Amino acid sequence: MSLLIRNGRVIDPAGGADGVQDVWIAEGRIHKMGKGLRAPAGTETVDATGKVVCPGFIDIHVHLREPGFEYKETIASGTRAAAAGGFTAVACMANTFPVNDNRAVTDYILARARVEGVVRVYPIGAVTRNLEGKQLAEMAEQAEAGCVAFSDDGKCVMNAELYRRAMEYALPFGLPVISHAEDCHLGRDSTMNEGLVSTELGLSGQPAAAEDVMVARDIILAELTGAHLHIAHISTSGAVRLLRDAKARGVRVTAEVTPHHLLLTDELVRSYDPNCKMAPPLRTKRDVEACLEALVDGTIDCVATDHAPHALSEKEGEFAEAANGVVGLETAVPLLLDRLVRRGVIDLPTLVTRLSTGPARLLNLPGGSLAPGASADITILDLERPWTVDPAAFRSRSRNTPFAGFTGTGAPWMTLVGGAKVTP
Amino acid sequence: MGWKRKDLLGMQDLETAEITDVLDTALSMKEIAAREIKKVPTLRGKTIVNLFYESSTRTRTSFEIAGKWLSADVINFSASGSSAEKGESLLDTARNIEAMSPDVVVVRHKASGAPALLARHLRCSVVNAGDGAHEHPTQALLDLLTIREKKGHLEGLNVTIVGDVTHSRVARSDIFGMRKMGITVTVAGPPTLIPPQCHELGVKVSHRLEEAIAHADVIMMLRLQHERMQGGFIPSIREYSRVWGLTLAKLAPCRADVLIMHPGPVNRGVELAPEVADSSYSVILDQVANGVAVRMAVLYLLAGSKGA
Repeated sequence: MSLLIRNGRVIDPAGGADGVQDVWIAEGRIHKMGKGLRAPAGTETVDATGKVVCPGFIDIHVHLREPGFEYKETIASGTRAAAAGGFTAVACMANTFPVNDNRAVTDYILARARVEGVVRVYPIGAVTRNLEGKQLAEMAEQAEAGCVAFSDDGKCVMNAELYRRAMEYALPFGLPVISHAEDCHLGRDSTMNEGLVSTELGLSGQPAAAEDVMVARDIILAELTGAHLHIAHISTSGAVRLLRDAKARGVRVTAEVTPHHLLLTDELVRSYDPNCKMAPPLRTKRDVEACLEALVDGTIDCVATDHAPHALSEKEGEFAEAANGVVGLETAVPLLLDRLVRRGVIDLPTLVTRLSTGPARLLNLPGGSLAPGASADITILDLERPWTVDPAAFRSRSRNTPFAGFTGTGAPWMTLVGGAKVTP
Repeated sequence: MGWKRKDLLGMQDLETAEITDVLDTALSMKEIAAREIKKVPTLRGKTIVNLFYESSTRTRTSFEIAGKWLSADVINFSASGSSAEKGESLLDTARNIEAMSPDVVVVRHKASGAPALLARHLRCSVVNAGDGAHEHPTQALLDLLTIREKKGHLEGLNVTIVGDVTHSRVARSDIFGMRKMGITVTVAGPPTLIPPQCHELGVKVSHRLEEAIAHADVIMMLRLQHERMQGGFIPSIREYSRVWGLTLAKLAPCRADVLIMHPGPVNRGVELAPEVADSSYSVILDQVANGVAVRMAVLYLLAGSKGA
């Protein structure tokens, strides 16, 4: 099986390429790149004239909800949402039911993904049993089974000693520990960011300090243990400052930021729309600016969606009662192309890096490269395609997005996994 | 001016002219309350549903009397003993009530934004009778009416709000409404009970009671919830009462014509010494009486003035 992608602008950050050329795929792998390639007669060709050919995008923070919460999302629907959104791989968080804190659940997720998934699925194992923050999960077996990182995401491991032990225990596997940095005491009962808007709305607020305090703690623990710490969904200017400082000092720390924390502020909560509720909460303009600056300069390593599907009944009532989280797989790339690239906040090659090479390196995943021999996971973009966010058209089983009705230009055009076109 | 609003959700939304309109309308409603036969046919054939998810005696009764004096049919729906206890969502309950075609739904709910949620989904008018720590607009309107009655005007007055501002919807509605009417507002309390960036609402913030009330024309004392120790907001009721409770001694250096107000119910001996609550400074019962007039005005403007 062979495929020739002709005449596209090929951006391959790992190989330093950015120019119009052809990409020849054979046996599911990149065979060759170059201008005017001539493939054997009968080779299927894709005319990518005017399009942008990139290493497949990887979203390292997704909640696929299976097993246990199939009414929100399944591996089948979630991976189709990923493909539609231009992602060729996702890493899925452990807060399923049962929790992915043991080999059996990891095996199950991978088996389902092989049968029903349309993009690559990389499970993330729990740090503590049942995400309770009391006892370590069986991390060695989880690593053997194929987990690519460890995280209690959704919850913060408040016990610093236990977290220190988790970082140490993870060392021999070479896998990062991903921190959901939110001091649950400082964030107690909170439903949004603490500030002028929470004061006006009478909603209990969580100060940025709830995140900053934990990022500081975890950086210190990473220094103590030498572990690779990855900060999930960074959202405050204070955490960005701590991250920048830690990186400058050579601490093994990386971070991701979500599209919603790059594009929205807590002003949106004035609508009381539960689709503006997530953890960490939408912050202020100052925080958004700090996150954008850090994404551009590489302090933040990648964009991840924190795709968190919820059923309508969990997202239509009182703001304080609503579930945390928003879906993101199908809106992330279009939003970033329009709001950041088109408006000149970030250049396209840098964004491509933050969506492909960045996350691949961070989790030591295959992918993020178009070098000959690499698996042909490819995202092709159409920068001129106009779009309107229509939740009713989502492949995801859930519709909980704060971006409904947003319009823009530039979207994924084709997604290939292992050289095969993925039809979501 | 003509009333155009479908709902009354908060003081933050209202224009100055609309506030004046409600207060002027309320004044004419007070005349009805003074009659021996307290009933006019203005809202005959209209249905008002009191949808109260939090316990309330004063506000619910006040709305009920207001509706009845205007000849509306008033139905009380409280969360206990209703479908809410069986797990029905707020929206489903609201849709069911709407199917019975009320003209006004008066809602109190512990969640900030619940009335806004209902207003988005219901065709009838929605009145916010208190949502979480967000707003309680009819309370602010009755406070303004009481102050205007006693002082003759609003513009240029100094009002000091004392106590748990963080958790108080009354404080927020008062702040929004009073600022619009040209009142200088000071909030005072321990820093733990003053919400973040409060000064950006256009108020002065003080952490010393004596200083905050020295030049006040009106002192509004807020109720202290007894469970506030649990969140670490205050160490004890005893200490709070000693530092922040209003006594005759602390009032002595204040203006001779100062008014003491309280949205009720009063914790006697906590935020307010009994002898202050019962003193000639206190207009707490005037507030209650004006509450009925203001709610009559609001119901009339929402349901009765459109000639429907």
